[in-house]
Amino acid sequence: MNTVLFMPRSASTIAPRTDGLYLALVAISAAILVLVFALIVIFAYRYRRGSAAPRGALPTLLQHEVEIGWTTATVFAFLFFFWWAGANEVPELLPPRTATEIHVVAKQWMWKVQHPNGVREIDMLHVPIGEPARLVMTSQDVIHSFSVPDFRIKSDILPGRYVEIWFEPTEIGTFRLFCTQFCGTAHSAMTGSIVVMSKPDFAKWLQSRPGGGDFVAQGRELFVSLGCAGCHTPGGPVHAPDFDGLFGRRVPLASGRFVLVDDAWIRDCILGHSTADPPAGYPPIMPSFKGEVDDGQILALTAYVRSLSPQTGATR
Amino acid sequence: MSESAINASAGIALPDPLREPWSDIARQREAATFGMWLFLMSEMLFFGAVFMAFSFTRALNVAEFQHAARHTEIVYGAPNTFVLVTSSLAMTIAVRAANIANRRLCARLLGATAILGFVFLVIKGLEYKDDLEHHLYPTLHFALGHNATQIFWAFYWIMTGIHAFHLTVGVGLVSRLTWLVHRNQLSLRSPQLEVTSLYWHLVDAFWIVLFPVLYVMGRG
Amino acid sequence: MTDAIASFGDAEPSREHEETGSYLESHGGGLSEWLLTTDHKRIAILYALLVTFFFFIGGTAATLIRLELFSPTATFLTDDGYNRVFTVHGIVMVWFFLVPLIPTTLGNFLLPLMIGAPDVAFPKLNLASWYLTLIGGLFVLGATLMGGVDTGWTFYPPYSTVYSNSNVAIAVLGVIIAGFGTIATGVNFVTTTHTLRCPGMTWFRLPLMVWGLYTVSLVMILATPVLAMTLVLVVADRWFGLPVFDGFRGGDPVLFQHLFWFYSHPAVYIMILPAFGVVSEVIACFARRRVFGYAAMVYAMLAIAIIGFAVWGHHMFVAGQSTFANLVFSFLTFIIAVPSAIKVFNWTATLYRGQITFEAPMLYTLGFVGLFTVGGMTGLFLASIPVDIQVTGTYFVIAHFHYVMVGGAVSAYFAGLHFWWPKITGRLYPESWARFAAYLMFFGFNFTFFPQFILGYLGMPRRYHVYPPEFHTWNVMSSTGAVVLAAAYLMPLFYLGWSLVYGQASPANPWNATGLEWKTTSPPPKHNFATMPIVDEDPYNYHDVRIGPEAERRDIDSVRAAPGLTPNNGRRSP
Repeated sequence: MNTVLFMPRSASTIAPRTDGLYLALVAISAAILVLVFALIVIFAYRYRRGSAAPRGALPTLLQHEVEIGWTTATVFAFLFFFWWAGANEVPELLPPRTATEIHVVAKQWMWKVQHPNGVREIDMLHVPIGEPARLVMTSQDVIHSFSVPDFRIKSDILPGRYVEIWFEPTEIGTFRLFCTQFCGTAHSAMTGSIVVMSKPDFAKWLQSRPGGGDFVAQGRELFVSLGCAGCHTPGGPVHAPDFDGLFGRRVPLASGRFVLVDDAWIRDCILGHSTADPPAGYPPIMPSFKGEVDDGQILALTAYVRSLSPQTGATR
Repeated sequence: MSESAINASAGIALPDPLREPWSDIARQREAATFGMWLFLMSEMLFFGAVFMAFSFTRALNVAEFQHAARHTEIVYGAPNTFVLVTSSLAMTIAVRAANIANRRLCARLLGATAILGFVFLVIKGLEYKDDLEHHLYPTLHFALGHNATQIFWAFYWIMTGIHAFHLTVGVGLVSRLTWLVHRNQLSLRSPQLEVTSLYWHLVDAFWIVLFPVLYVMGRG
Repeated sequence: MTDAIASFGDAEPSREHEETGSYLESHGGGLSEWLLTTDHKRIAILYALLVTFFFFIGGTAATLIRLELFSPTATFLTDDGYNRVFTVHGIVMVWFFLVPLIPTTLGNFLLPLMIGAPDVAFPKLNLASWYLTLIGGLFVLGATLMGGVDTGWTFYPPYSTVYSNSNVAIAVLGVIIAGFGTIATGVNFVTTTHTLRCPGMTWFRLPLMVWGLYTVSLVMILATPVLAMTLVLVVADRWFGLPVFDGFRGGDPVLFQHLFWFYSHPAVYIMILPAFGVVSEVIACFARRRVFGYAAMVYAMLAIAIIGFAVWGHHMFVAGQSTFANLVFSFLTFIIAVPSAIKVFNWTATLYRGQITFEAPMLYTLGFVGLFTVGGMTGLFLASIPVDIQVTGTYFVIAHFHYVMVGGAVSAYFAGLHFWWPKITGRLYPESWARFAAYLMFFGFNFTFFPQFILGYLGMPRRYHVYPPEFHTWNVMSSTGAVVLAAAYLMPLFYLGWSLVYGQASPANPWNATGLEWKTTSPPPKHNFATMPIVDEDPYNYHDVRIGPEAERRDIDSVRAAPGLTPNNGRRSP
């Protein structure tokens, strides 16, 4: 069996786990299909009309027992697979602490990628082998989906929200990236490549690219240039929240609700969505920066705010 | 005894309400009512979907929704609720009147039902006019700012609009029945009366849910 | 190959025809006699013509898709052209072919006959349903002719509400209008089943076809309105600039997906439940046995109809749903596979100790069991979250739902069409051609869609106009299969059409089947039964419960035994 013909390459830590489950499902499906087909063929031959095989009624008891028997067998088989699939999925949820954060912005019909040190790429993502990468993704327009079949990963990317996905490549090479949520005219051209390199090669590659400082540095720069620092500094002229240690905490709002200070809420604040319900004790005077900052800049600002809360800022 | 026989003896030339495939008017009425209940179940899911969407979005944006709800015009909403509930009462009595074969009372109350329904629509229209003057339509010049209050108002327009559409259909149906009953062109045993009244009550019931959801929650 | 039928004698002279006159007989009203009819049998014919028309529209679109995918690069379609073609394929096939397919054609024709009623409960509403479906269809065709729709049949916002430059709203309105036609059909069928059963026709004497139609009608009544409202919200967003699904203005595009799949997953059961009914009728008849575990079959259908409402979230494992929700939906999806498995086992067990013959309806039915089993088993792959992550949005999903809906529902439709063809038209169809078409369809179907499972796990995304070269081999195979399949689907059009003119007249009960529909003439008179039937036996009374079925002679066999043909267990002599 030619593996390239029937199975995609197995190039991430998740891939073999998914394949194991997939092949087990293939096996049980094949077994059930063979059983059903064999029974149909055997009955069709043996009980074809006029054949000499004896007929007669089935004892009622037998009927019930058979019915209960295969129902129970099916239930247990399916429960087993549910357990396996569920158990397989849960550990995959959390990226390891050491995962590198990479930002992805999807738009019709392009992938914009930014590395932690500011290196940008379009429709390409270079990563080193053996190092987990955590992608923080958002869309500028419609729903897209980030799919790398050789890694067995996929996630929809929603406009106005952040989604995360992670992987750890285990094979050097170039792997295809697809958009798998229909996004308009050039949907089938919204593809890209994930280039997995050895660690030294990757370091060399990274050095050769023009960078723009890391996210936190970019965010700090924006924080000043956009004028955020004018209000959000302790002892500033306006009564505005101070960001030290703020990220990851639950804060009270004017309405009495509590909100978790996370990526999404910070985005809402920057875009002026929070004026209807500002943090308790602060007047709703912050202007909206909608149209002035793009998604990449919001990600950088968020990274800066997160960096001010060292203990919660790191990923789980 | 078929109704046409009764009517014939009473000297009125009414069309026979019995339709194919039925051989028995009681069974036909039973089926019509049963079918209408099924349709109402369907309608409940129809409205249920938008209530679900509303609740879901509200749960994510409680403050904005409360803020937005304070801008609804309860001075129109509250009297309108009264108008609509009264129309349902008239409808109920009209059906009772038909059951005791009081044609005149039935026609009058059906007329009252249709008029009350129409009054509701007029008041609703005035309210819409006010809303538009206050820029409460969630597009560029929306009065409450660029946030989830827009969603509340989007739901406001959609839900009240769909309700008004249903009520308009109801007013049409009841007006037709009024005319037919008034002109002796409909048997009082026709399943149409019962079925139309069920529909009317459902449209009323939707308003009973809409009113607190849109006007009262957020004012507490 | 048609000689088998051509040499049938008039086994049972259609003596009853003279007494009442069949429903097909004209009363001199011309076309309006059909377009204004309230006879459920004529409405069934109207529906059959309509869905056949739409089948060819959707089929043409499918052919274009598969021809374009012969090559990894663009050939005769532009990107936008391709997007429009697959969208029209999806919309037409789902709402104007598969959803109405069995209920409105075979169902409309058979439901009153099977329960011993003169018509459905609301004959005028029945006609109105047809017009609603027609008008909805015209909207969709209009949208297509005016430049097309490019959202896919799923209409996901914000693409459909903000970004698409195509006639989304018109097509969506067409779907809403047709949806009300579906609801009306559902209301009609449920009321009919409750109120018009003839004396003795208790709930547990109902043929499984009636149970299939009853459960499907419940799903239609309860699921379709949710779709209607969801699409109303899409139109509101699109036409009036409202922000309900706009993520940038506080709305939520994922909310649309929840509402949409709350309808569209049960819609799959709308397509398959009546197919279960057809298959049960046919298997019992051609195995000459009572359906194994009748009660279990009924409860399985009810369970599918009910649990079907609680599994929609499995379409959204990668859409940002919480892990907890994912696990719950995964669990429920595994659970709903149990009643489906019960049905497959019961059909298989019905064959045990039967007197089996293999006329065309039986071949289509056995094909159904096989293809549905593949479709059902691959559903488990999609219920397993890690595997679903790999294959959702790929050709695996395409293959899976085509196995269920086309391999399943359409095969069952053809089984039913051939089985009841003599009843509907009063003519026998040419058996050899029908068998050949059944084999060809099974072969062509697997040839077309099995490669797509492999493509899916390899990662080929759906709705891709151009694709990387490594997927070429499997796509060529699939497209080649599609040519075979298209030919197979065209065949019934010709040989069934031929039989309308040249086919032998059918006796009242050519299959020697049980069921009230076979107790009246072929074709039935306008009011179905000369006298009100009374039922005093269980369904599928093919043999005494205490002993197995004898190799009894059927009417049709006595015909076959006529000089020139030898009886050989239903197979044609070489």
